Amino acid sequence: MADLSRDTLLEMQRRMLRIRAFDERASKMVKRGHIPGTVHTSIGQEAQVVGATMALGDGDYMSGNHRSHGHPIGKGSPLGPLMAELVGKATGVCKGKGGSLHLADFAVGSLGESGIVGSSIPIATGAALSSKVLNNGKVALAFFGDGAANQGVLYESMNLAGVWKLPMIFLCENNQYALSTPAHTVTSGVIAERAAGFGMPGIRVENGQDILAVYEAVSAAVDRARAGEGPSLVEVVTYRYNEHSEGLRLKTDYRDADERAAWLSKDPIVMFREYLEGQGFDPAQLDELEADVLAEVDAAVEFTNQSPYPDPSVAFDDLYTDKEVAA
Amino acid sequence: MSVMSYLGAIGAAQREAMDADERVVIIGEDVEANVYGTTGGGKSRSDKGDFLQMYGKNRIRNTPISEEGIVGAAAGAAMTGLRPIVDLSYSSFLYMAMDQFVNQVAKNRYMFGGQASMPVVFRSAMFYGMNTGAHHSDRPYPMFMNVPGLKIIAPSSPSDAKGLLRAAIDSDDPVLTFEACLLWGTKEEVDDNEFWIPLGVARTVREGTDVTVVAISGSVPEAILAAEDLAAEGVSVEIIDPRTLVPLDRDAIVRSVVKTGRLVVAEPAHRTCGAAAEISAIVAEDAFDALRAPIVRVTAPDMQIPFSPSLESQMYPTRLTIAAAIRRVLDLEPALTSASIIR
Repeated sequence: MADLSRDTLLEMQRRMLRIRAFDERASKMVKRGHIPGTVHTSIGQEAQVVGATMALGDGDYMSGNHRSHGHPIGKGSPLGPLMAELVGKATGVCKGKGGSLHLADFAVGSLGESGIVGSSIPIATGAALSSKVLNNGKVALAFFGDGAANQGVLYESMNLAGVWKLPMIFLCENNQYALSTPAHTVTSGVIAERAAGFGMPGIRVENGQDILAVYEAVSAAVDRARAGEGPSLVEVVTYRYNEHSEGLRLKTDYRDADERAAWLSKDPIVMFREYLEGQGFDPAQLDELEADVLAEVDAAVEFTNQSPYPDPSVAFDDLYTDKEVAA
Repeated sequence: MSVMSYLGAIGAAQREAMDADERVVIIGEDVEANVYGTTGGGKSRSDKGDFLQMYGKNRIRNTPISEEGIVGAAAGAAMTGLRPIVDLSYSSFLYMAMDQFVNQVAKNRYMFGGQASMPVVFRSAMFYGMNTGAHHSDRPYPMFMNVPGLKIIAPSSPSDAKGLLRAAIDSDDPVLTFEACLLWGTKEEVDDNEFWIPLGVARTVREGTDVTVVAISGSVPEAILAAEDLAAEGVSVEIIDPRTLVPLDRDAIVRSVVKTGRLVVAEPAHRTCGAAAEISAIVAEDAFDALRAPIVRVTAPDMQIPFSPSLESQMYPTRLTIAAAIRRVLDLEPALTSASIIR
């Protein structure tokens, strides 16, 4: 990792902080009723998200899932339109039509998050196909969880990407629980090892809280894809701190207290700050970074509060590129 | 103009679109070998070589049998610069990809506030009336009419097949085309030049004054035969082929019923919540005062499709059942054999 510039290292920390601060604020806003519905936070998974998104280039594509805020933030989206979308404002990145489950910011290559587990994986396959046919050098990455690893469409997509040698990365965010169900109780074998069946490399990053480990693994997969050598599967083991969705209260705690404490003790942002200080970054500069990010989230909330709700007529736009069908 | 089959017309539209725009690609099972005859270069399967030779492996892509993955990949490709034509061969295979059709293809543009456009065509053929049994005979277009965000065409003639398919390929929205395999071999004079038939515009197949028959897909030629039979008895039948089911040309249908005062709707799909049900409801809502008789639907029953020719032949609208329905709305004496087979 010696080749990473100090600016890049700092940007990694900034993006992780942006996800953490954004989702902590969103969590509060759900509980206070300021955000309708619910949200699924990426808190605890920041290293896994940012290690992957920063390994991509600006023009590269990605598709995501229900745990969806971190992906566009990690790819560089401004926070204001994302927060406005969570609240359902007209200035939302999807004009208030998508909400938390369906964020998309095409300006940064975010082709959309999907509320259906596994459903957006082939969208990234298709983006990789575009890249291959048009020969434009872009790569595409599909984020999916350990739950989606047992959806058939993943394997249809891996086979297609493999046989067509598409420039693609299958990025499994293994946070070890599909809602309450421990992954190992419903998953046969090791997810990363499934790649072998499709003739592609399968890499398992055991410590997905280490952003440099994630970045290194995904960068290798991106390089391989861009060089025309085809797709890879990268499984990153990580942990979500919050409940599956905010406000969800289950009678039984399906996660062991010791397990939780062990993961909390290796927080990706805390660990990376220690790393940065070891690299000679001034703690005052890192404090300032954290303050900047909190201010950015404050500004995003303020932008949201100042924004109007969409006019009801907007509900009938955007079904088609023309208006000939809208009833 | 030259005589072209329905299948040849599809090939011609695809070839013209491939020539006009390098972003158009064809993906699907067996497209390289031109198994179904639509990825050949000319008017017939053997004419002018095939698309694989003409356009190469980058743009003509055989797929594995993975409908969900294929449909999703086509959606993603359409969102990022390609204009895929997906050959799904049999309409029954669309069910394998239902999540992708409903949750991605149909919703992505809307959910993402208009950021996505989805220029993709999904071709499939309904192999009904061909003794293929229950798994290959489906006419599932009404299910997809119930999914906002999709456009749906069901051409019934070679010219319509060519012009509508070209418009579908050039549309920035997702279009599903349902072809009746029974029609593939039908032939007529078709314009050799490029042409486009706008989606959402019905065709008046035959003008008449006594009754309107709205017929869909393979029911159109049957309706024409019924109209010819009844013309001999002095009955003047107007036939409207919507051609596009979404968006539906409501005005053309209502206008015709206002003129004739009577409506028969014939389609090969199941009865419940079919296109015929929707068209009947539109006319009941918008042209009730013009109706001089109750609307009659001629559809497939809500029943599976049996294999045996002797069993299957009674399942879809025919010249006889459509004629019987016309007699009914005109309060004419039933023909001797037809009354028992109206459904």
